Amino acid sequence: MSLLEIKNLQVVVDNRQILNGLNLTVNAGEVHAIMGPNGAGKSTLAHVLSGKSGYQVIGGEVLLDGEDLLALEADERAAKGVFLAFQYPLEIPGVATMTFLRTAMNAQRKKRGEPELSTPDFMKRVREGAAKLGISQDMLRRAVNVGFSGGEKKRNEVLQMALLEPKLCVLDETDSGLDIDALKIVANGVNYMRSPERGMIVITHYQRLLDYIVPDFVHVLSKGRIVKSGGKELALELEAKGYAAYQDEAA
Amino acid sequence: MNAEIKPLRTAAETALATEFAARRAALPAGKIAKERDAAFARFERSGLPTRRVEQWKYTDLRALMREAKPLAPAPDDKAKARGKDAGKILSGVATHRLVFVDGAFVPEISDQTALSGVRIYSLASEIERGNGAGAFTVAVKDAFDDPVVSLNNAMAVDGAVIQIAARTIAEPPIHLVFVHSGEEATSAYTRSRVVVENGAQVTLIESHEGPDGVDYQVNNALALFVGDRASVNHVKINGEGSASLHVATLTATVGEGAVLRSFAFTRGGAVTRNQIFMTCNGKNAELAIGGANLLRGREHADTTLVLDHAVGGCTSREVFKSVLDDESRGVFQGKIVVRPDAQKTDARMMMRALLLSDDAEADHKPELEIFADDVQCGHGSTAGALDENLKFYLMARGIPDAEAEALLIQAFIGDALDTVAHEGVRDALMFAALRWLGERK
Repeated sequence: MSLLEIKNLQVVVDNRQILNGLNLTVNAGEVHAIMGPNGAGKSTLAHVLSGKSGYQVIGGEVLLDGEDLLALEADERAAKGVFLAFQYPLEIPGVATMTFLRTAMNAQRKKRGEPELSTPDFMKRVREGAAKLGISQDMLRRAVNVGFSGGEKKRNEVLQMALLEPKLCVLDETDSGLDIDALKIVANGVNYMRSPERGMIVITHYQRLLDYIVPDFVHVLSKGRIVKSGGKELALELEAKGYAAYQDEAA
Repeated sequence: MNAEIKPLRTAAETALATEFAARRAALPAGKIAKERDAAFARFERSGLPTRRVEQWKYTDLRALMREAKPLAPAPDDKAKARGKDAGKILSGVATHRLVFVDGAFVPEISDQTALSGVRIYSLASEIERGNGAGAFTVAVKDAFDDPVVSLNNAMAVDGAVIQIAARTIAEPPIHLVFVHSGEEATSAYTRSRVVVENGAQVTLIESHEGPDGVDYQVNNALALFVGDRASVNHVKINGEGSASLHVATLTATVGEGAVLRSFAFTRGGAVTRNQIFMTCNGKNAELAIGGANLLRGREHADTTLVLDHAVGGCTSREVFKSVLDDESRGVFQGKIVVRPDAQKTDARMMMRALLLSDDAEADHKPELEIFADDVQCGHGSTAGALDENLKFYLMARGIPDAEAEALLIQAFIGDALDTVAHEGVRDALMFAALRWLGERK
């Protein structure tokens, strides 16, 4: 059984159809890059997978380990192992980062019938994860993402991903707003998460990120459908030629 | 011929007149009796305030108070036993407890140890000694004509009279515990006066509670006199019963270079009115006035503030937050007055409401009356629902709907609670807020 199967997915947002019969299969251990021009439906795919409201699925299905993912609430999907790294991580004034991390980890464990983490165990995991990503203790003491730079916010996303140990990571334009140094740190964090048990969907507009997170497969998304699939060399081709050819193809 | 127009008395106003006559007969004659008569005459002229009175625009007390409950009898042993357990919300904080049951001070369940530099009497004992007149002085002019203050002056026979000597650091915090004891729907009037002399410091907490489902009435007044360079942390915790009507007046005069922090936490009570009248009398004082209201069902809470910057150089910060569920209604009226000579005043007021239901209502009325030209004054007001994007961020990390909302609500009131200086009290309030959130359906 595949980790994730998206079959003929059709999605409407505000009376406009954004996804027009999207098919994608991700097996455990694979990293799939989804590239495409602005407005192709990349972020819509990420949001539909993670359960954001406001997206109306009018056809098709999404299965995680053979189970209907679309029937679940966002928090239930997270507990099943779906993780969305946000393009624009939100600032939550008044909610301490540590409280947030701990609440999230324990909420997922509770749903899976696992015991809550002890304080020392929790602290150890956070410290180790933070050290790998260059996240300072000072950042951990602040409210979630408040006063964080763009790079710090993305590193915080990857820290959450590492702590929550998802089965399926969906990275939505993780490279946006990052300089090259921050990009390397974030990519290293993501690469560290690659494992035979875990699948990843890396959504990006630019090929640059894929120099650091090398995908197994590259898909071109245009007008709500995957119009071409290939290996990592497809990304280089796109970089050289642009998306124009595929936009015509889809039309 | 001009006939004098006499407003029709409501049943409540008639009952109040009867109660006053009975109370008057039982009290000694003299200066205080004259003040009481004058106060009741003032009340009779205005009657219970209606929405046509601007300060009561959103809380029509004449409509909300259909009847006046009889004055509570002196507490019996059973009532006193209830008083012993009151004020539990602060069980984790060491305080000097002064317990008032149904409006009467009960020394045997209060802390009796002497606090160095602090004199504590009950108003009742002061009146008996013929010393209580000062307690009835209305320190802040704006409060003088308020009908509820007049009623309190006419009816109150007990309360705390506290004097903190100059440069004393009063320890531990003083906790005025007010409790309605039983199933009887009675009324209680208390009047307290706290004088903090120059350079003295105190944390003063008042908590109010009573049984759910009993429509008892409370009219409570506290007059604070904050001396030069004194520092006062005042916290009012309102945890009255679900059917209660609670009207409270806080007046304060603040001396030169003094620091006054006052925070009101309201959770529970069918109708709550917190009216605050403050005057900066000395230059360079710092005031922080805040509140957090957590309301549900059909609860109604009104905070009305009049802050008079009578002299210059003072700083004031007002932060009021309310979380409104179901069909509850939260009212904030805040008026900042800056007198012509009060140059270099720095006053900022913010009122924010979080509406958790389509049927909840927030009424905010900020007012600035500025007569000086070299000042910094500002006010802001927001009302809105929880941010769905923030909620999604939390849920995408596995946090269930209700828990995500609770975290966001906690964050919303958190920065208001942060203005409570005493850590133990602040933690107790956050714990009470979390309990309220836990009870949400």
